[in-house]
Amino acid sequence: MKSVGKIIGVNGNMVTVQVAGTISMNEVGYILVDDKKLKSEVIRILGDSCQMQVFEMTKGIKVGDEVEFTKELLAVELGPGLLKQVYDGLQNPLPELAEAAGFFLERGIYLKALDRDVLWDFTPIANVGDTVAKADKLGTVPEGPFTHEIMVPFNLLKNYKVKEIKPAGQYKVDDVVARLEDEKGNTIDVKMYFEWPVKRAIDCYSERLKPTKPMVTKVRLVDTFLPVALGGTYCIPGPFGAGKTVLQQVTSKNAEVDIVIIAACGERAGEVVETLKEFPELIDPKTGNSLMERTVIICNTSSMPVASREASVYTAVTIAEYYRQMGLNILLLADSTSRWAQAMREMSGRLEEIPGEEAFPAYLESVIAGFYERAGIVKLKDGREGSVTIGGTVSPAGGNFEEPVTQATLKVVGAFHGLSRERSDARKYPAIDPMDSWSKYPSVLNIDAVQYARKILFRGSEIEAMMKVVGEEGTALEDYVIYLKSDFLDAVYLQQNSFDPVDAAVIVERQRHVFSHIVDIMGAEFSFDSKNEARTFFNGLRQAFIDFNGVEWQSTEFFSKEKVLVDTLNKKKVSLDSFAAELLKAGV
Amino acid sequence: MRKVYSKIETIAGNVISVKATDVQYGELARVSTAYGDTLAEVIKLDGELVSMQVFAGGRGISTGDEVRFLGNPMRVSFSDSLQGRIFDGSGKPRDNGPELTDNLITIGGPSVNPAKRIIPRNMIRTGIPMIDLFNTLVESQKLPIFSVSGEPYNQLLSRIAMQAEVDLIILGGMGLKYDDYLFFKEELENGGAMSRTIMFVHTASDPVVESLMVPDISLAVAEKFALQGKKVLVLLTDMTNFADAMKEIAITQEQVPSNRGYPGDLYSQLASRYEKAVDFEGSGSITILGVTTMPGDDVTHPVPDNTGYITEGQYYLKNGRIEPFGSLSRLKQQVNDKTRDDHRAIMDGMIKLYAAYKSSLEKKSMGFNMSAWDEKLLKYGSQFEKGMMDLSVNIPLEKALDLGWEIMASCFEKDETGLKTDLINRYWPKGK
Repeated sequence: MKSVGKIIGVNGNMVTVQVAGTISMNEVGYILVDDKKLKSEVIRILGDSCQMQVFEMTKGIKVGDEVEFTKELLAVELGPGLLKQVYDGLQNPLPELAEAAGFFLERGIYLKALDRDVLWDFTPIANVGDTVAKADKLGTVPEGPFTHEIMVPFNLLKNYKVKEIKPAGQYKVDDVVARLEDEKGNTIDVKMYFEWPVKRAIDCYSERLKPTKPMVTKVRLVDTFLPVALGGTYCIPGPFGAGKTVLQQVTSKNAEVDIVIIAACGERAGEVVETLKEFPELIDPKTGNSLMERTVIICNTSSMPVASREASVYTAVTIAEYYRQMGLNILLLADSTSRWAQAMREMSGRLEEIPGEEAFPAYLESVIAGFYERAGIVKLKDGREGSVTIGGTVSPAGGNFEEPVTQATLKVVGAFHGLSRERSDARKYPAIDPMDSWSKYPSVLNIDAVQYARKILFRGSEIEAMMKVVGEEGTALEDYVIYLKSDFLDAVYLQQNSFDPVDAAVIVERQRHVFSHIVDIMGAEFSFDSKNEARTFFNGLRQAFIDFNGVEWQSTEFFSKEKVLVDTLNKKKVSLDSFAAELLKAGV
Repeated sequence: MRKVYSKIETIAGNVISVKATDVQYGELARVSTAYGDTLAEVIKLDGELVSMQVFAGGRGISTGDEVRFLGNPMRVSFSDSLQGRIFDGSGKPRDNGPELTDNLITIGGPSVNPAKRIIPRNMIRTGIPMIDLFNTLVESQKLPIFSVSGEPYNQLLSRIAMQAEVDLIILGGMGLKYDDYLFFKEELENGGAMSRTIMFVHTASDPVVESLMVPDISLAVAEKFALQGKKVLVLLTDMTNFADAMKEIAITQEQVPSNRGYPGDLYSQLASRYEKAVDFEGSGSITILGVTTMPGDDVTHPVPDNTGYITEGQYYLKNGRIEPFGSLSRLKQQVNDKTRDDHRAIMDGMIKLYAAYKSSLEKKSMGFNMSAWDEKLLKYGSQFEKGMMDLSVNIPLEKALDLGWEIMASCFEKDETGLKTDLINRYWPKGK
C-alpha cells in the first residue's frame, strides 16, 4: 500500500508534508500541482510529517496539495543504451526532453532513461539449469565498441536457477530475456535493464585492488610528475578562471580509458554544450569511433534545480560502477564537487540543522569521503579487472584551499592537482602548481629521472625567490643557470598548449622520448661568460624545443626539429653531470 | 471573488505574514497601506501562515492593512511598445508614459535545456583592444565587469552598449545612483540608441525589495525578444546591490548565513539569472554584461567570487583600465581562431611579456640594477599600456594586431618573443 500525504509548508525547494501511512527515509514522492507531478525525496521524518526536497521549481505549490509516495528510493536504470546519452541529474534524457518540451526545461516531465523501442542483438551465455547469483552474466549485446553484458540484477541477493533463457535474437530493453527461480520456487523475470538506488555502492566483486597502473591523460605534467592511477582518485581545486574545466575537457578527450562519464554538476551550461557538440565529431584514436560512443554526460547545470544537482554525482558514479562490472575502465569527471557540497549546504540550511564551518553541514566530510570511496580497481568474480577512477574539481571560495570542501576532499584523494592563479595569470597552462601539488601514484616514467628534474625545478624556484631579494646581479652565474634550467623545464615540458592539435595530447612514448632530452639539458654543464649570454642561449633553446613540441610524432619534420634542438644544445654544452648520464643510460 | 485578509500577524523588516488558505508559493498579493498600494510576493508557506516580502518595504505598514492575493506570480507586460520606455523594479513606468497591462508574461521562468543550446560563434566587436584582442566578447556570453567603486564602469558599459552591434539593449539598474540613471538615459538618448532600449531601473532610494525583481524582469523580457529573433544585450548594474538585497531579506527571515552574511544559495540565485544568457538556434540571443563592484577591491568577497564561478570570464577594471591579469573571456577561443591566424599567438605572447615586464618593474622599484633584458621589458610595458590598455583607444581588431607586432618589433629581437617561427616570418614588420 503506497502512502499519501498533504503539503503543510513550503520554503524554497523544501516542502513539509503531513503523511498518512508509512514512509521511509529517502523515499521518492510526487507532489501534484495543477496537472503536473513534481518529483521529491524524503530527507527528514518527524512523527507523522516529513520534509522533502523537491527536484523542481516550487512556484505554485499550495498548502493542501496532495503528495503520492512511491515506496522506492531514488534510483537509476541500468542497461544497454546508456552510452552516448545526455541525462539530467535524475537520468532524464535531455535531447528527448527537448523534443517533448522545446527550448525550456518545463517542470514535471519525466522520460524513460533507456529507449524502450531500440532493438538489441542479444546473445545468451547462461544455459537453462545453471546456478547464478547477482552480477553473473546471462548474455551480451553489442553496444558501440563494447560488449555490454546483461547481468543478473544486483538487487537479487540469493542463488537462482536459470529456468528459461531467450535464444539469440533482437529484443527491447523491456523484454524479458531470462526467467530465474529461487530456492523456494518463486520465478523472477529478468529484463535487459534493472533499477539500482543511486546512493548505494555496487559491490559485486571479489576483492578491491590497490591502484597502481597509470591512467594516461596525455597531459605531460600529470602523467610524468603528478600521475593518476586506474581506480584512483584525484582532485583539481582552483580559483575561477584557472582552467579547471578546460583541463577536465582535455582529459575527457584524451584519457586512455574505456568509458568517460562527465558529471557537469552545477556548472555552466555552455561548457556542457561544447562537449555535446564537439564529441560526436571527434574520433577516439583507440577505437576509431566517435568519442561520444564512449561517453555519458550527466548534466545538471547551475540554473537547474538544486536538489537534483545533489543527485547527479550519485547518478554518475552508479553508471560508472555498472560498467565496471563488465571489466571496463571508467573515468568519472565531476565538475564541480563544490556545487554539490553547496547543494547539501542549501538543504541543510532549510532543515535548520546546526551549521558547521562556513555553514556547511557537519556530515560534509563523511559524505565526500563516501563518494570518492566509490572509486577503485576491483577483481570481478570471474577474475577480470575493472576500475572506476574519479577526478573531481573543487571551486574553493576565494580560491582559498583552506576552506572545508577542499580540505575534506584532500583527505580522501590519491592525487592533488592544485591550480594556481599566479600561473594562470601568466598564461602558464595547465596551471597546476608543480610545487604544491602531489600524487601518491607511480609515474609513467622512471621515478629517479622525474625526481632529478623535480629537484632542479625546486632549486630554480628557490633561486628565483632569492633573486627577488638580492637581484640578478647578486646571484652567482651558476645559480642563475639553474634558475634558467628550471624556467626552461616549466616552459617546454610542464606547460602544454591544449589548443595546439599536436601538443594537446602527448602519448607516453613521446613523453619518454622528450624527457630524455630534458634530462640531457638539465644535467648539462655550460660555459657561459655572462648571464646575458646564458639567457639568450636558453631563449633560443626554448624556441627550438617549442617548435619541436608542435610537430607530429616521428614525422620527418620531427627529426629535423629534433636535430635543430640537439645542435643548439651542443653549441654551448661542455659536459654532462654523471648522475644524468647514468639516468640516460638506464633510460627514463 | 478573492478573499481580503485584514489582520497582519507579523511585520519584520520587509517581510510580513498573514493567516490565509489556498495561497500558492510565489504568488503576488496587493497590500493596501495608508501610503498607497504595494505588491508583495509569497516567500514561505507554513501551515496557514503565509510570509511575504513587501516591495515597498515594511515601513509604515499597519497590522490592520488589507492583503489581497492576486492568484498569479509576478508578471510583466511584453510587447514592442516596451522599446524606448523606462520602468521601475515592479514594472511601473518611470517615464511619463502609460502603464502597460496587455500580454503579461511570468518572470523567472525555467532554464533552457542544455541540449538545445548551441556553441557561441559570433564575436561582438567593441573597438577596445583589451576586449577585442585579448578577451573577445562573444554573442550569448555572460560577462561581468569587476570593479572597485569609483571606477568608470558605467561609462564602459554604456560605451560597449553603444558600439556593440545588437538589435535591442535592456538595462537593468539595481541600486543605481540617480546621477548614474540620468547618465545612462542621456548617453543612450544622445547616441540615438534610446529607441532600441528598455530600462528597468531601481535607484538607490527605492525600496530594496524592488531591486530583487530587476534582473528577472529584464531577462524575462529579453528572453521573449530573443525568441522573436532579436539579438539582445542585457546590461545589469550593479549585481552586488542585488546580492546585498538578497542578504537583507535572508537575514530578516532568520536563514543561516553562509559567508559574510550572504545566504547559502547565493551561487544558485546568481546562476539562475546569468544562465539566461543563450543563443537560441534559429532565433535570437541574449548576451549579459553585468557590473559587480568589489567591496575593498577584494575579488574573494562572496559576490565577485561566486559570480566568477558562474560567468564566462570577467573584465577587471582597475585604475581606469581593463587589467590583462584577472580579466578573462572564456568564450574567446570559440571565435579568435576565425579572425586572423596570428590573433591567438599575439594574445598569449604579449601577455606573457607583459607579465615579465611586471616582475621587472617590481625589481626596479626595489632598487635593483636593470639588465639589458629588463630595459627592453620596461620599454615594452610602457608602450603596451599606452597603445593597448588605455580605454580611450578605439581601433578595430586588425589594427590592434598590427600594432601588437609593431610594439614587439620595436622592443625585442625575434627569438625573444617566444612566438612560433613561421608567424614571425610572416608578420614581423619589415626592416626591423
